[in-house]
Amino acid sequence: MTLDQLRPGSEARIKRLSIGDKLGQRLMDMGIYPGLRMKVIRNAPLEDPMEIELGGYCVSLRHEEAGFVEVEPL
Amino acid sequence: MKEQKMLVALAGQPNCGKSTVFNALTGASQHVANYPGVTVDKKTGWYQHNGHKVEVVDLPGTYSLTSYSPEERVSRDFILHEKPSVAVNIMDASNLKRCLYLTFQLLEMEIPVILNLNMMDVAENRGVNIDVNKLAKRLGIHVVPTVMKNRSGKKNLLDTIAAVAAAKEPVQAAHVDYKEMEPLIREIESRLSAEGVLLANYPLRWTAIKLMEGDSQVQRLIRENHPDADAFIGFAEKQRKAFEARYDETPEMHIANRRYQAADEIGRSCIKPGRDIKPPLSDKVDRYVCHRFLGPAILVGVIWLLYYLSIVQGYNITNYTWPLLAKLRSLTESVTPDPGFIEIPLIRAFALWFIDSVNALLNYIPIFFILFGLIAILEDSGYMPRMAFIMDRLFGRFGLHGQSTLPMVLGGIYVGGCAVPGVMSCKGIPDERSRLATILIIPMLNCLAKVPLYVLLINIYFAAHKGLAMFFISTISLLLVLPVSKILTLTVLKDKETAPFVMEMPPYHLPTLRGVLGRAVERVWLFVRKITTIVAAVAVIIFVLLQFPGISNERMAYYNGEKDQAMAIFFKKIKATAYAQQLQGENIMALVLYWNAYKSAKMAAGGKAAAEAVSERFKAENPVFFKMVQPGKDKIARKVNKAFKKLIKARKRLLREMRKERIDNSFLGRLGKWLEPATRWAGFNWRVNVALLSAFAAKESSVATLGALYEPEEQGEALEQRMAKAEEGFTALHALALMLFMVLYPPCLATSIAVKLQAGSVKWMLFSMAYPMVLGLVAATLIFSLGSALGLSGFQAMFAFYGLALTMTVIMGLVGNKSEYA
Repeated sequence: MTLDQLRPGSEARIKRLSIGDKLGQRLMDMGIYPGLRMKVIRNAPLEDPMEIELGGYCVSLRHEEAGFVEVEPL
Repeated sequence: MKEQKMLVALAGQPNCGKSTVFNALTGASQHVANYPGVTVDKKTGWYQHNGHKVEVVDLPGTYSLTSYSPEERVSRDFILHEKPSVAVNIMDASNLKRCLYLTFQLLEMEIPVILNLNMMDVAENRGVNIDVNKLAKRLGIHVVPTVMKNRSGKKNLLDTIAAVAAAKEPVQAAHVDYKEMEPLIREIESRLSAEGVLLANYPLRWTAIKLMEGDSQVQRLIRENHPDADAFIGFAEKQRKAFEARYDETPEMHIANRRYQAADEIGRSCIKPGRDIKPPLSDKVDRYVCHRFLGPAILVGVIWLLYYLSIVQGYNITNYTWPLLAKLRSLTESVTPDPGFIEIPLIRAFALWFIDSVNALLNYIPIFFILFGLIAILEDSGYMPRMAFIMDRLFGRFGLHGQSTLPMVLGGIYVGGCAVPGVMSCKGIPDERSRLATILIIPMLNCLAKVPLYVLLINIYFAAHKGLAMFFISTISLLLVLPVSKILTLTVLKDKETAPFVMEMPPYHLPTLRGVLGRAVERVWLFVRKITTIVAAVAVIIFVLLQFPGISNERMAYYNGEKDQAMAIFFKKIKATAYAQQLQGENIMALVLYWNAYKSAKMAAGGKAAAEAVSERFKAENPVFFKMVQPGKDKIARKVNKAFKKLIKARKRLLREMRKERIDNSFLGRLGKWLEPATRWAGFNWRVNVALLSAFAAKESSVATLGALYEPEEQGEALEQRMAKAEEGFTALHALALMLFMVLYPPCLATSIAVKLQAGSVKWMLFSMAYPMVLGLVAATLIFSLGSALGLSGFQAMFAFYGLALTMTVIMGLVGNKSEYA
């Protein structure tokens, strides 16, 4: 399952990032790395982007970008 | 040793309170410049400590130090090339774990690092307990806790910086153990040193790790320095592939992962975690601010408030500041030579033109001050990322970015913005392609200075549908801007660098007065320094273009003849009076000036008492002249007064004719005529061309120039009537074409400078000037020629064009964006 498929309110553990390069690096640098627990907070008023919470801080990202984050729902 | 200069770099992640630390250390002695080749601000400041002068460079806030963004490249190049004595790594004490991710990267660059735990109060409030000594021990570097906004811990930080800079021995700082990757890293290291490619500025281990990450900049560096670069990079790539094949994880993922794990270990041993994770208040606020329906409504409210406070209220303030600028003008008037009967001394004409040009811009300062202050509040409070969050989907469809929202609001998304702050606030957009698209479209929004021309034309040609016409012009710019930005994105900007959207949503902060005012002053100062100086320089050029070659000698002789005739008539009429004697020689001109001064003083005086005071003053100054100006019941004086009024009128007519002839003859006038064959299809005659050309200096000039070209024949005739009278062939279709051209008009001078600063090149500035001109001519020609051919009225053509623009916008919105990651 990928992060973009999660509904607001659901929690998950990040399994793997299926992209490298600029986006992969950026996701890692912003604290989205395997093993971390996270929670989907909300979608934007027009659905995209989404806001997630990662152990203490919040990050927003587009669904397209979230499609490269494999997660395991908790 | 006393002469020794120290260099300190401040590094840290965004939202960690870095600028607070920078301001606390350096106070007012700061300087902002650009890093060469990029549009990233370089903030430098200074302080004195124990007799040493210390230079502080505030590096841009970054989460990491890769080569993917200009901010990160600039930061790490600065550290590696400038070799600061100390790098102070500032971090949000309540968010330690994530911040250590950057600390490890700084330590890998092998420079002395001090960890500054700022915002200790926030951490304590959240119940986060940090064992500072243990943290220092685990990291092997000095750790200084501070609450910089109260200046608490500042002395300790200054002393530590001095001590670390003076230390001779390099410290053994902690480093990340990359586990399975270590042997591969060491192989690259040993091959680097064996092959003698020891890059002077680059630490060995850091270079090796970066090669494992596949860092393109370090690869380029190797290419520049290694005699057999291809073989070496091939070797590094082989190492990367070998790792990925063996561990099913890309090397860069592994490296990042190990850094987080190391941070996690240290964090766990030194930090007792707090009660809550996200500040509950921020979360509660976001429930409304990012709500599906309330969110956009609040956004509209915030934008409205921004407009209301800056544009409306700021404009009211200019009523108080304008007299100051007007004083500057009258001061100039008084120190330059007096005008003759028909000769205006060149120096006087020039000085007044120059002052008027500069005043037109300086007049905006109150508006800008409020605007910049409000932007600073939006930035510091943390609302900006929310704005981007709400708008990204909509703007993203047109190649723009969520963070294009504020620049577009400032540029005038409805009516009444200003492109200069709009373009300047594009700096924050991380995605280069979207940033350039935003910079290029902002001048097409409806800035305040375009409005007078709209109002003028609507009042003449759309008088029956004023409201609808104003709505059309206010919204059409957005409908043009969106498809244009999409087209630019798909064409000229197609190969520009993009960046992922991924963005932190920081907790809300209460902005400080000092921070907000400081930023507002800083940005207004930047505006004055960078923009006004250049505008002043170009005002000189436009003056020359409008003034020269001037009136020929024969024509001048003709005007002099006219003048002599008018004078002769006047003196003949008053010959029998006692006043004739007193108006000989210089005195007649003195009376002209006295008359004009009296009239304008009377105009400026509000109320009966003030008018009386003016009369008293002028009477005291020159009782004889006053008698002629205000004859009362005296018959003879009334006769003189009547004759003199005729003379004044004759003078005005001559001055007007001369001015018209001068513009007509001028380089700009010739250019306007030369362009007429091309602009005829858009319905512009040469007068309109001249007005449009002069609008480049400042958009309000278009109406001023039209005012000069359509001089009033009778006193008090409004420009509307004059223009309607002088341009009998002009129809609503002409007016519509002209208004649309104004919508698409190239950026004014001040904006062009801002474009150059923000886009970072003259090439983009020229492009931003050229393409709207072409687009504007095409749109105006379409309206005018097609409208004429189809026999449409101006009002019908307006609807047709609106429909066309709306269709274009919808189509362009539906055209999919090519995925960056396909």
